Amino acid sequence: MSADIYLNVAVGGLLTGLIYGLMALGLSVIFGVVRVVNFAHGEMMTVAMYLAVILFANYGLDPLLMMLPIAVLFFVAGYLMQLGLINPFITRPEYMQFILLLAVAIIIVNGVLIVFGPDAQTVQTSYAFDSFAIGPLIVDATKLYAGLAALVVASALFAFFRFAPLGKAVRACADNQIGALVVGLNVKRLYALSFGLGLACVGAAGAIIVLVVDVTPPLGPAYTLLAFVIVITGGLGSMSGALIGGVLIGLTEAMAGLFFTPSAKSMFAFAILVLVLLFRPQGIMGQKLS
Amino acid sequence: MIGRLLYDVPRHALWLLGLVLVGLIAAPLFANDYLLTVLILILYFAYTGQAWNILMGFAGQLSLGHALYVGLGAYVAAALYVHYGIGPWIGLPVAILISVASGAIIGFLAFRFGVAGVYFAILTIAFCEFARIGFDHLGWLGGSGGMFLPVSNHTQNDLWHLRGQPVMFYYLILLLTVLAFVLCHLMLRSRVGYFWQAIREDEEAARSLGIATFRYKMAAILVSSAMTAPAGVFYAFYYNNLFPEQTFFILRSIEIILGPIIGGVGTLFGPVIGAFVITGLSEALQELLTLYGFDTPGAKRVFYGVCLLVVVMVLPNGIWPPLARLLRLGRRRDTTERQP
Amino acid sequence: MSSEMKGFSVMVNRRRLLAGAAATTTLLASPAIVRAQGAALKVGVLLPRSGAQAGIGQDCFRGVEIAGPILKANGYPDLQIMSADTETSVDTARSRAEKLIADGAQLLVGAFDSGQSSAIAQVAEQKGIPFVINIAAAPPITEQGYKFVFRNFPIAGSILSDAFANQKEIFAETGVTPKSVVFLHCNDTFGTAMKNGIGAVFPKANMPYAIKETIAYDPTARDLSVEISKAKASGADALLVVSRLNDAILLTRELVKQRWSPMGILSMGPGWYEDQYLKTLGKLGDGPLSFVPWYDPNKKLSKQLEAAVEKKYPGVNLNLNHVYTFEALLIAADAYKRAKTADPKALADAIRTTNITENTTAGPGISFDAKGQNDKLKNVAIQNRGGKLVTVAPKGSTNAKVQWPMLAYDKRR
Repeated sequence: MSADIYLNVAVGGLLTGLIYGLMALGLSVIFGVVRVVNFAHGEMMTVAMYLAVILFANYGLDPLLMMLPIAVLFFVAGYLMQLGLINPFITRPEYMQFILLLAVAIIIVNGVLIVFGPDAQTVQTSYAFDSFAIGPLIVDATKLYAGLAALVVASALFAFFRFAPLGKAVRACADNQIGALVVGLNVKRLYALSFGLGLACVGAAGAIIVLVVDVTPPLGPAYTLLAFVIVITGGLGSMSGALIGGVLIGLTEAMAGLFFTPSAKSMFAFAILVLVLLFRPQGIMGQKLS
Repeated sequence: MIGRLLYDVPRHALWLLGLVLVGLIAAPLFANDYLLTVLILILYFAYTGQAWNILMGFAGQLSLGHALYVGLGAYVAAALYVHYGIGPWIGLPVAILISVASGAIIGFLAFRFGVAGVYFAILTIAFCEFARIGFDHLGWLGGSGGMFLPVSNHTQNDLWHLRGQPVMFYYLILLLTVLAFVLCHLMLRSRVGYFWQAIREDEEAARSLGIATFRYKMAAILVSSAMTAPAGVFYAFYYNNLFPEQTFFILRSIEIILGPIIGGVGTLFGPVIGAFVITGLSEALQELLTLYGFDTPGAKRVFYGVCLLVVVMVLPNGIWPPLARLLRLGRRRDTTERQP
Repeated sequence: MSSEMKGFSVMVNRRRLLAGAAATTTLLASPAIVRAQGAALKVGVLLPRSGAQAGIGQDCFRGVEIAGPILKANGYPDLQIMSADTETSVDTARSRAEKLIADGAQLLVGAFDSGQSSAIAQVAEQKGIPFVINIAAAPPITEQGYKFVFRNFPIAGSILSDAFANQKEIFAETGVTPKSVVFLHCNDTFGTAMKNGIGAVFPKANMPYAIKETIAYDPTARDLSVEISKAKASGADALLVVSRLNDAILLTRELVKQRWSPMGILSMGPGWYEDQYLKTLGKLGDGPLSFVPWYDPNKKLSKQLEAAVEKKYPGVNLNLNHVYTFEALLIAADAYKRAKTADPKALADAIRTTNITENTTAGPGISFDAKGQNDKLKNVAIQNRGGKLVTVAPKGSTNAKVQWPMLAYDKRR
């Protein structure tokens, strides 16, 4: 095999990884700040994907444009969800949180099955089959746009957490809850805000990812698992970690598929996870755990 | 020994337990085959739930990859039978051995490196997924095409090869469940049991008291995985076909833990009650929907999810603690109930 | 092209729920099926209508829904359908089968998936209730010495040998022959069965091409770019593939994006001929050849089925899910007609002596060998053409001429 193919696969893996990273970002915020184990993460993303599909199919609106409205909608939903449903569970043991969100996941998966049916729904934009030829490289157009969009959203989130007072308050809350309370921050509202932000990321990720992946009802669980793998690998609570973790996993899977048999490529992602858990549990970019 | 076993269990609790047991033993006389199949399913989950409960409820480690031990047990016993004609009773110890070995590996890696809580849970998922994809590529075990056990002769009950009527399987799983129950009861009030509960409540404090936490956590995972393996052997010989995609599927691990969590983690009766409730609920919902002619696929699962949601929100400790209080079955020493 | 796509609307809330409710009431009422005179035979139908296989299960069910009137019009007795959802789970399949039998089912039909069908087969055999398998290709099911289990669907080996024969016919007819192929397959039950089958059948099939490379991919993969990169890099002329619907769409998209138009696509499994594929890809979906168990378009019953599907499900092409599920019910009705009793043992004996020549699937008709397998089924070659499917091989079952090699993708946009 010539060098071209390695390059092409690597670029593809990188772009896919960025999209994974955006999805994982939402989980990083939720898990990192609110400390809730969101096992319905992937399922919520499928709802966003279906939304994008409806908007595209019925009104011809490009998902990349719809990214913002969907994210806003998900923010509101997340805010309300945290206040109404999740809040009492923050202090409960993890397996209880797990069952709560598992129940939510079951309802979502079967709900979309009833409403949309089992067939895969796709968003096929006018540029869906385009690709750019740059020398020996053939880059998938939709992947490129999706990857760039993911970068944009992630950057916006970084900026928020770094520069906005509210963002800094959220980080304070995550680092030291008691301290935040002492300083007079409204922790409950900040939790709701964080959950909302996390879901907004999920919404945006869903709108973007539907360009490259067709949505089916049972799509969610695999992405939930993937999100956890990425977040742990990249480092809990670290934004850049989520993106870097995503890229790492995306690249690994792509190259593993190339060198070995593609049907086993997920094994490599899990192998990386195990190694990280054992030797660097705080993740690549995470703070050392006390 | 019976005395020691029944020490400080209130009188009326014993009567209740006895009644339930008699009912279960006599069930095949009254139940049609469909109900028997459902009961087998319930007892299967009661058994695996108890095995899982040892690791979570007693020692406080959340395992979300218990299907790994079931699968390993199933495949080992099945492979020995299909390729070498070795009966399941001889295959059982081998299956347990392999299961325990994998539990030991996971436990060692996790506990030695301080992987706990959600991280431990994800680690267990990772290993199970690893097995799933790995077994998909193992031709000797059928790969993704599946492993089929030769089925024949349903009229006679061949206990040695586990070929026969559902009734035989029913009594087998009932026996397993009762044995597991007794074992859990014994462990709970033994020295190991107390150490486990100390670790569960506060590992740091336990360690500072001088309890060798690593050793006892290892013991928990070894016992739990060893206990789960026979369920796999049962599964292989009852269903007679195994596919990595289904056997090691994450939903299977979730099915195992639903019972104990709904019933009450850390309690003795929790997993059993939970298994009855979960499976019973599922079948009841199906009946209801069929009755009202609601044939939409997926509707049952939506209602199921809603019920789960309600139970989890309303009963934070599971069904057993309030039930026990209702039946006035609780008070001896606070060995089985988790502090709220 | 985007304007064509917009016409394909998404099922939204109300519409879908109403449709679901309508289907439910139709099923309940089932007027054409339940009759007073000569009690209807109670047939339990088990299909995966939720879970991962929901799409296929629900598609198979269409074959059930159109069966009643057609069977009646052809002089067969009535059937009372009791349907159950296996939820794509072996446990559920087993308990649902038990439930159906406890509720009085005299015959079982199902279940598409080999694992679920195997579980149901055990229950059926134990209870002495005949079980007619509509679709499930894993050989072991009919190797167990069952007396009550019948399968009217070819096993992987025969699908392959017919596929190779049809391919040679097509190459000979058009004079264009690929020298090498790359074999891409999904690493699931069916894909692996086919791969193993190829290992056994290919050496003796005397094919003019060599399999340059075999690439297996994960059934849950959402991204098949790496696989197509590898396939393209292999330098093979054509693509030999065993995949499913979603993979087929993904693979085609990657072929277009990575700018590789193989000489042709030889599919030996589901996906490439399905409605969703044709609708989603439009012009880009034309050309793939599928070598599959199929109906013979020239048979009378086939034409009746085509008309029924056209009427009841506009936009849906008659496919093997509908046809084989229908034939399972046909076998039940035929056995009931001949046995004149609903006694399960008598029904099973009647099924054993089935000989239906007026059927719909390709081949001489429906009959079973000693193992309960219909080994006379023929597999045809169909090709995607303008959103429809035409049968191009073997001679005698065709209704169109094959287009080989396939038109390059960049010439279609």
